[in-house]
Amino acid sequence: MSDPALFRYALGLADDQLVLGHRLSQWTGHAPILEEELALGNIALDLIGQARGLYQYAGELEDADRDEDALAYHRDARGYLNLTLVEQPNGDFAKTIARQLFYTAMALPFWQAMTASTDQRLAAVAAKAEKESAYHLRHATEWTARLGDGTDESHRRMQAAIDQLWEFTGELFAADSAEADLAALGIATDRASLRAIWDDTVNQALAEATLARPADSWMTEGGRDGLHGEDLGHMLAEMQSLQRMHPGLSW
Amino acid sequence: MVAMTEKAWAAASAVSDPELPPLTIADLGVLRGVHTDASGRVVIRITPTYSGCPAMTVIQMEIETALDKAGVKDARVETELAPAWSSADITAEGRTKLAQIGIAPPPDPGALIECPRCKSTATEELSRFGATACKSLWRCTSCLEPFEAFKAL
Repeated sequence: MSDPALFRYALGLADDQLVLGHRLSQWTGHAPILEEELALGNIALDLIGQARGLYQYAGELEDADRDEDALAYHRDARGYLNLTLVEQPNGDFAKTIARQLFYTAMALPFWQAMTASTDQRLAAVAAKAEKESAYHLRHATEWTARLGDGTDESHRRMQAAIDQLWEFTGELFAADSAEADLAALGIATDRASLRAIWDDTVNQALAEATLARPADSWMTEGGRDGLHGEDLGHMLAEMQSLQRMHPGLSW
Repeated sequence: MVAMTEKAWAAASAVSDPELPPLTIADLGVLRGVHTDASGRVVIRITPTYSGCPAMTVIQMEIETALDKAGVKDARVETELAPAWSSADITAEGRTKLAQIGIAPPPDPGALIECPRCKSTATEELSRFGATACKSLWRCTSCLEPFEAFKAL
């Protein structure tokens, strides 16, 4: 392999998009209204499309005869490098929206920064993901306001979701030394630099929605090292079942 | 070789978009170009509107079929992401065809969405996400007709 650090970096980004995209696709047939059925399905499709571009690149970087499908369907949870936020179960609609808000408020400035990556392949994925993320963020902030500043019940649920997912937001801005090295080369983006933009976006969204920002306390980390909660394993077991049963099967 | 690439362009540019059949992939700006590589093989370059556009596989197959019929043998279809597709890549003819089939073309920055039926700009968005990734749902408050609009991207 020519560049193990770059492979892991591309793989982690791909896993973020696939895991979140798959979570959103689980709403298909269950969304509260038809328009949300379409919206969540569309966002899932964008994310899975971004994941494909990243997996294809990761597969080429690894040069070990693993294509996008092998990377997505034939790794166990321990081999997944996604952030722990994106693997959190959908919960109620408020929890899904809170997860979207927290992730996308990071993803939009992240992809914006990545369009300037010195790595042409990552920059190309970023140029598309940036435009798509702008739509995703508007969707998340509008629903945050609607639920937070809605009825007593929707406010209660939205606040509970914000509180519950807060511990997974610290990891959005954490980078290991390999990622820091890639950032120094202009390939990766310094995640810590996204923090201020994220704070602005999230503070504004919460304020408009009459929701309280939770106090920072202990944060869950470890996703980029393959350390995940129990839920990711269940999700992958379902997502991978067909390829595990019939390896290499195609339409 | 010029004749071959021209023939390939003619065949590929006539391929319809599977989700918007009245429009060709050239109208949409999905067809980027045709060239021959070092070995003389014809290469067709296409780009997705959205990262997850599920029509890309079908488009690729239909290009291959069209080229085969046109006598362009051994051609290759490549997908390129950069520069990212923009709704501004839709040609003038593509915009006209969209309006003809009742889909509002993507608005210029700052412009209002026009009802494709009565041309009123008194329109409101119902949902930013429509039946495909590239469209949103709108309603005309003048003639009350619901319609789809191509999203600006």
